[in-house]
Amino acid sequence: MTSQEKLWQAVKVGLIAGAVGLSVCMIGLVESFNQRDIVSEQLTLGQALLFSTAVVAAYLASRSHQNTLAKFIHGLLSGVSAAIPIFLLILLSISWETIRDSFINVSPDLLSIITLANESPVTGGLQLIGMFAMVALFGIVLAIMSKPIRSALLTGLGWTIGLGMMSELLSGILRSRLSRETLDILFGKSGINLIPTIILLLGISISSYWWKRAGSEQFETVRQNLSPQQLTWSNRVWRAFIIFVVLILPSILGVYLTEIINNVGLYILMGLGLNIAIGLAGLLDLGYVTNFAVGAYLMALLTSSSDFGLASPISFWVALPICVLAAMFTGFFFALPVLRMRGDYLAIATLGFGEIVRVLARSDAMKSIIGGAQGILQIPQAQISGPIAGFFGSILNPINDFLGNYDLGILASDEGTIIFNNPPQLYYLLVLACLLMLFISRRLNDSSTGRRWMAMREDEDVAAAMGINTTNAKVIAFTLSAASGGLAGAIFAAKLGSIYPNSFQLLISVNVLSLIIVGGLGSIPGVVVGAFALVGIPELLREFAEFRLLFYGIALIAMMLVRPEGLWPSEASKRELHGEENEPIPDERYEIGDAKYEKAPT
Amino acid sequence: MLEINNVHTFYGNIHALKGVTLNVEQGEIVTLIGGNGAGKTTTLRTICGLMAPREGSLTFEGEDITKYKAHELVAKGIAMVPEGRGVFSKLTVTENLQMGAYHRNDRENIRKDIEWAFDMFPRLGERRSQLAGTMSGGEQQMLAVTRALMSKPRLLLMDEPSMGLAPVLVDVIFDAIGDINEQGVTILLVEQNAHMALQVANRGYVLQTGEIVLSDDADALKDDPTVQKAYLGLE
Repeated sequence: MTSQEKLWQAVKVGLIAGAVGLSVCMIGLVESFNQRDIVSEQLTLGQALLFSTAVVAAYLASRSHQNTLAKFIHGLLSGVSAAIPIFLLILLSISWETIRDSFINVSPDLLSIITLANESPVTGGLQLIGMFAMVALFGIVLAIMSKPIRSALLTGLGWTIGLGMMSELLSGILRSRLSRETLDILFGKSGINLIPTIILLLGISISSYWWKRAGSEQFETVRQNLSPQQLTWSNRVWRAFIIFVVLILPSILGVYLTEIINNVGLYILMGLGLNIAIGLAGLLDLGYVTNFAVGAYLMALLTSSSDFGLASPISFWVALPICVLAAMFTGFFFALPVLRMRGDYLAIATLGFGEIVRVLARSDAMKSIIGGAQGILQIPQAQISGPIAGFFGSILNPINDFLGNYDLGILASDEGTIIFNNPPQLYYLLVLACLLMLFISRRLNDSSTGRRWMAMREDEDVAAAMGINTTNAKVIAFTLSAASGGLAGAIFAAKLGSIYPNSFQLLISVNVLSLIIVGGLGSIPGVVVGAFALVGIPELLREFAEFRLLFYGIALIAMMLVRPEGLWPSEASKRELHGEENEPIPDERYEIGDAKYEKAPT
Repeated sequence: MLEINNVHTFYGNIHALKGVTLNVEQGEIVTLIGGNGAGKTTTLRTICGLMAPREGSLTFEGEDITKYKAHELVAKGIAMVPEGRGVFSKLTVTENLQMGAYHRNDRENIRKDIEWAFDMFPRLGERRSQLAGTMSGGEQQMLAVTRALMSKPRLLLMDEPSMGLAPVLVDVIFDAIGDINEQGVTILLVEQNAHMALQVANRGYVLQTGEIVLSDDADALKDDPTVQKAYLGLE
């Protein structure tokens, strides 16, 4: 490449980044991101998004050059080019006064952001170019740094931006724990103050660098030097600590965050169920919401005190297993017609089932039974009363007294009744349900049925030729997979108190599928991680709800490119996608208390 | 042992097998040769229950087997080495062999048979905890053959074991076929490599567009002018 071509290359990278920047402006993302500050009154998320285009452009353009001077020249050129499309937008908005008629998002607010709140748009635009050149320097510095320092710095930046975005929640959590003065030092009017932010950034970056450089090694050495007894003890302490944190989480997080975690919990339940069908058995089921709907509607019909409910409604606890069984029956029933379908055809058929159920629920034909579009109201919350509640109370009350501020969130009332009506109480219910399903999933994964599914997923014909009854295996997969969806639906109905057909859209099936893919297909911890990433984080960013699907798309594409095996992949796909050719898997694998394996003789 | 009488099999409306009749006697190696699309694989899939014949009868050891599904035939003593090997690529070699013994319950003997498989093909023993998908084609074929044997079959159906293998490995596999047969397993071998197949087999059938056009002793087929011309590349 001649030097001229190289310069043009840098400009091109910059212009592409600028086009991305321009489009995020035009769809309103920058403006809506501008409502959140990362650093109180200094830097908003919108500005960070805008400037990040210049950083990325400069980094990409300067990365391929050896010479430091060349890095600077190309990086700067690229960063400045990234400002050009946005500068053109400013010029356009001056000459075309009615621009908002065509581009609704080119609002005065947006223009004020991209002209850096200058009186004159042109001066502002020129200043923007200057700013882009300055932040481009950061991208160039990133490219000059050695890899470990860069990754440490990026880790620090990621965490700082994340915490900065969540500053409101953070200050909410800390409010009751810290003194007024400390809070004033940490938090400004709309976010974390500048100095704590810098300390945070440096702290996280340096500790991340240290951990990668030496810390993890030291940790390993310490662990290796422990005697087996000490090791079991350290594991026990860790486990006890995790259990303790899980137990007191609602009182640390407060009601709002606990509610978000409850939603995540519902998705974890559904994800674990769908993971049986897709991850383990390889059956692409796009109608998973069916099971969720069956669980929810049956719970409503059995317990509601409205006209649609039973004459004498039964309690939540009796209805719960019935809902699960009903969902399993539906799963079984829907499995029968699709037994001979494979792959894409199966996906389309199950997609149809999901829609059938929703349309039926909304239809006038079923209106007299399940309420049509108005849904079913007056579903009571789950509650425990009588001697059982007294028993829980006698255990929980002393613990709560002992924990004081960090109580367990379930307080037996004076009448001796525990009602699951608040997020903290529902949290415990969901934790129990999730633990149960995690346990079942785990056992299934290691069972001979799990092995059958695994063989079927790889090659149905060969599995049959090995003596595996694939019909049977498929029906079992669909039935068991449905159970968890029914459980989630039943809890959902009791949690909300009313249900509508519109709560059971195709989008739920899609969400559950996405979280399994992002977490790692077939991986049980992956479901939990995926649910937090795809359900938890968007819940925290409520005001950007209209961009949720955009983020989903970006997240899925990025995952497929960067980590196709998922955030927390299963061992099998890790082996497949990142396994070294001909590298034997250590024989220790056979020692993990797994009934199906024998230790390979050495 | 295996008798196929006037079998017709269809893919939708496509008439793939047009009245195939053949038989395999206890202890034999019988080969079925023919060009692409002749219906060799369809014949095997019909025998092992993956496809249902529309007409005709299939009996194994005197029993009608059309009523059984594929997975039930494994317990009856029929095993298959599928076309293109079909190993479970995400499972290790040992796990693949365990899958082959899926319908058996005698854990101790399964372990011994896995060791026997490693004796037969030491290459597999060296790679026992490696993922099957990361092995070479020849090693995968060794695995597919031994995996089929793990179900202790009396009749072994093999679909093009030489496909896509290096010549030296084709020799290894065909030596193994002879050994397996000597241990009392009857073999029905489908091959495009007619030369190798007729060397190892006792008898052979030639299949053309869904019909058996020739059947004879392997040696006689080797000398048959039409076979020589069409399948052995000799003028």
